[in-house]
Amino acid sequence: MNKPRLVLVGNGMAGMRTLEELLKLEPDMYDITVFGAEPYGNYNRILLSPVLAGEKTVDEIMLNDRNWYTERGITLHAGSPVTEIDRGGRRVVAGDGTEAAYDRLILATGSKPFVIPVPGHDQHGVLGFRDIHDVRAMLAGAGQGRRAVVIGGGLLGLEAANGLLKQGMDVTVVHLLDTLMEKQLDGAASGLLQRSLEARGLRFLTNARTEAILGDGRVTGVRFADGRQLDADLVVMAVGIRPNSELAEAAGLHCERGVLVDDTLQTFDPRIYAVGECVQHRGALYGLVAPLFEQARVCANHLAQLGIAKYGGSLTSTKLKVTGIDLFSAGDFVGDDDSEEMVFQDAARGVYRKLTVKDNRIQGAVMYGDTLDGPWYFQLMREATDISDIREQLLFGQAHVGDAGHGDQACRVAAMADSAEVCGCNGVCKGEIVHAITDRKLFTVEDVRAHTKASSSCGSCTGLVEALLANTLGGDYSQTPAKKPLCPCTEHSHDEVREAVRARGLKSLEAIFRTLEWRTPDGCHVCRPALNYYLVSSWPGEYRDDNQSRFINERVHANIQRDGTYSVVPRIWGGVTTPTELRAIAEVAEKYAVPTVKFTGGQRIDLLGVKKEDLPKVWGDLSRAGFVSGHAYGKALRTVKTCVGSEWCRFGTQDSTGLGIKLEQLTWGSWTPHKFKMGVSGCPRNCAEATIKDLGVVCVDSGYELHVGGNGGVKVRVTEFLCKVATEAEALEYAAAFLQLYREEARYLERTAPWLERVGLSHVKGRVVEDDVGRQDLYRRFLESQRPAQVDPWKARAAGEDAHEYTPIREVAL
Amino acid sequence: MNVSVNATAPADSVRWIEVGPVEAIPHLGSRIVRTARGDIAVFRTFDDAVFALRDRCPHKGGPLSQGIVHGHRVTCPLHNWVLELTSGEAVGPDVGCARSYPVRIEDGVVWLALGTGGDE
Repeated sequence: MNKPRLVLVGNGMAGMRTLEELLKLEPDMYDITVFGAEPYGNYNRILLSPVLAGEKTVDEIMLNDRNWYTERGITLHAGSPVTEIDRGGRRVVAGDGTEAAYDRLILATGSKPFVIPVPGHDQHGVLGFRDIHDVRAMLAGAGQGRRAVVIGGGLLGLEAANGLLKQGMDVTVVHLLDTLMEKQLDGAASGLLQRSLEARGLRFLTNARTEAILGDGRVTGVRFADGRQLDADLVVMAVGIRPNSELAEAAGLHCERGVLVDDTLQTFDPRIYAVGECVQHRGALYGLVAPLFEQARVCANHLAQLGIAKYGGSLTSTKLKVTGIDLFSAGDFVGDDDSEEMVFQDAARGVYRKLTVKDNRIQGAVMYGDTLDGPWYFQLMREATDISDIREQLLFGQAHVGDAGHGDQACRVAAMADSAEVCGCNGVCKGEIVHAITDRKLFTVEDVRAHTKASSSCGSCTGLVEALLANTLGGDYSQTPAKKPLCPCTEHSHDEVREAVRARGLKSLEAIFRTLEWRTPDGCHVCRPALNYYLVSSWPGEYRDDNQSRFINERVHANIQRDGTYSVVPRIWGGVTTPTELRAIAEVAEKYAVPTVKFTGGQRIDLLGVKKEDLPKVWGDLSRAGFVSGHAYGKALRTVKTCVGSEWCRFGTQDSTGLGIKLEQLTWGSWTPHKFKMGVSGCPRNCAEATIKDLGVVCVDSGYELHVGGNGGVKVRVTEFLCKVATEAEALEYAAAFLQLYREEARYLERTAPWLERVGLSHVKGRVVEDDVGRQDLYRRFLESQRPAQVDPWKARAAGEDAHEYTPIREVAL
Repeated sequence: MNVSVNATAPADSVRWIEVGPVEAIPHLGSRIVRTARGDIAVFRTFDDAVFALRDRCPHKGGPLSQGIVHGHRVTCPLHNWVLELTSGEAVGPDVGCARSYPVRIEDGVVWLALGTGGDE
């Protein structure tokens, strides 16, 4: 059978990424031919600056060498630029006469440097900064003591200037305006940058309009409109790039500044797609790698005939690839009459940051000197997070927003030693990550996670890994604002899936897979537990929990240990027990030879090392002694830690143990997006550590303070004060309403702390404190969902439910 | 019912063991066959195909039988390695392999081939 023919014009990063994404989805669908103007395989264009600076070699920046094409049966015509698209005959023709017929065509012709058409611009020694050829020509023309003039003080020009300086040249940067990188920086940051580059030896000539390139066939200098003149042996024009859309225009495809495409990256000819810098999408042009890769992913999805991806445009951020200079810029940092500016400046440390804020949302950011928080600001910006609750700390960075885990000087990535550990869970250090990024050509956090395991466990180092990617890949690394799909089985985000479950009445996994067009027949280990949770929490009593979509601990109601045995933690209400209960636990421990008995941090007893087949018997014994499951294994209500309170303590103001027990009896059995812990302290001395719980009650003489969003663990976070109530009944109602709001709104595996940071305390106050009717509704819904949930899973299993889970199907003597 | 054979071994050293009815294995789940040489996990997938792997993840020995089954793959419960049920090979970039055993289904009954020698 003849496969349809796919032709790619443009062997650069965007086009090749599209092919790679396509091959991941459909390795054998097309017969593929690639045309490239340059005589190489595909290389990482964003690393040309380090090549010019002598920090990398050309070989090191190759992404796909010729073997890559051969191994996949792809025909590569390198060094043969396509000169004609014959749309009627559905074929392309290259300059050397090579032809290829297509059924589908991808245009990825990129962009070309803009050359100012001043007299003398076509002389020998006048170069652009765009490809390997340019870099080789610059390196050939460079030399100790020779003079270079770089026209253009933008990102590209400064990187070129820095590279030539490193090659020993005497370099002057000429800029039309008085602000360097004016598209990315404001005057203050630009000034800091200029001073720092001057200190390295670069010279600047600003407000200079180039009038002519001097020379007699070989460049000798540059003359400006105001009469000034500079001698030069080499002139680099880096005043900007223009989409390379000539080929498309000649073929009659609709073009404006670039080739026009829709949200599926299709041009006006349905057989022809276009991606990358040559494209104009919703009026915008993109030149950074992250948006181009996003386009590639969407385009590949349609070429694979899945037809479900859409490109909605990208927000971009920029970093300058000049070693040792930390600079970050994103969004609209100029602002308008309706926006406000927040500025932090510390001249001695060389630190500057400015945020533009509109309607309590970050619109743009400029950072100089210390850019570790750049990805954080960018995330707040992308997600349009309401920052009114964190305004006071915002400019100081994420480390100052209730986060005691990371964020001291040791974590500043540029300063970190190669041997410094980044991922404490998996023991991955900076050097390993940096090597993986460069050697294995990684571009995303997911790539790094898959190859090094860094940030794949608790995830607390994700920000560091992102910062390392940005530092290593250089400037163009940025994330797109595109919503994050729940997992590779779908395009839909957590929020979209949950919304669809409710709004479209989806009541089974199959209904979700079918209605939301899952790519896999039965999901994967990432999406199934999440979907199961959304169904459980949306349709209480109606949806039948799917055991096979639960992680093992929740499936068998015990915690799997590293040796494959399990731990058993019976519920001890409010941490209060009796000699009889203790005796019963002791007997179970002896009867089943439990190797380790340990007190947990949540005031209960952990029986560790129970064999799986013993679990139902252990539970039966515990059940007869009056215990129920402690859900220590679940994304569920865990414990309510208490202090002894007014019953015994001379400082106690209220009956904290009594309230703790009531809270636990009200809430046990509830499934939540992530684990949920509570604490009740009898006075502000807070012996129950209630202010690092998901919900903490601190009793005071006049009532009960409710605190929310705290946790110990990976990143210790202190709670935020929600409100104070007068009575115990109110404390219970508010707590349950808060828990229900969390159950309904947080994404699966999102603890209360990140959820609260995402939606803002004001939102939660609005729902739980200020809206009495709304709170009562939440409380009612919570009670309804508790009715089917408060069934002890241990008792049921001791009586024979799911017996197959605990017994081998067959034993053989072999 | 289809026959799926997912490993090869010399016929004379193989012994076929009756495991039980397909229905005794949960859909998208697994059961264990306990042998003198260790547990073997028998999986049933979305399309009712049955596969058998040694119940030890090549990474840190996690019991694969306790993992989540999706497609023709299983995810180890300890550290989320994903293994192909057809071959026991880890899905890249992880590298490792759990031994796989031939399985066949006859009249709704699952049979498992155990080597009489050679395995651990």
